[in-house]
Amino acid sequence: MLRILYFAWLRDRLGRSGETLPVPQGAHCVQDLIAALNARGGEYAAIFARPELIRVAVNQSFATIAAPIAAHDEIAFFPPVTGG
Amino acid sequence: MPRVTIRVQAEAFDSAHETALLLRGHEDVGGVAAFTGIVRGGGGLMALELEHYPGMTESMMRRIAESACARFGLVGCTVIHRVGRLAVGMPIVLVLCAAAHRGAAQDGTAFMMDWLKTSAPFWKREEFENGHSAWVEPRAQDEAAKARWGSLTA
Repeated sequence: MLRILYFAWLRDRLGRSGETLPVPQGAHCVQDLIAALNARGGEYAAIFARPELIRVAVNQSFATIAAPIAAHDEIAFFPPVTGG
Repeated sequence: MPRVTIRVQAEAFDSAHETALLLRGHEDVGGVAAFTGIVRGGGGLMALELEHYPGMTESMMRRIAESACARFGLVGCTVIHRVGRLAVGMPIVLVLCAAAHRGAAQDGTAFMMDWLKTSAPFWKREEFENGHSAWVEPRAQDEAAKARWGSLTA
């Protein structure tokens, strides 16, 4: 199972802070996972159809959408950060 | 090894106390540079609500701090970032850099703030007096400020 986390306005829009789901059929990288989430439609499509708005971390390190994914990974989606 | 302290907390911090802890037992320090970020008001802003990604936040803060220590030859540094609801005028972040000479301490502080703003997973939601709230957008000038340092590693 993948552990997916959502932060900030992504969490607000989706109405959840996270979920667990099996690695989608044929998904090898973050981009494949985004395509599977996008296919859910609704708010997921509204958000994941525009990946340029989203940053991603795999196992708590910043990653690109080309990063490979595997079962038991923690994958977080969030907007660009605003610390300090 | 430089003395590195990283904390994410809801509570307020005491800059003088943290400075004393950073300096304790170090006779090779010629200066400590300090930066305290404050929740700036204006436009009807009442408060900021800060959230973060527990675990990743601390590891990014540590990477940034250790990179600053290596790059500027710091004796040590302290970074404390608050989370939760912070009213206008409240301290939000503290960066202390101790070094043999002031230039390294001041550069280390600027470097750490530029990287914290753009690379530590915090998000801010603004709360206004009229009940409106909005997530803060990243600023291009913060990215540009970070870019002047090149990569994170020394």
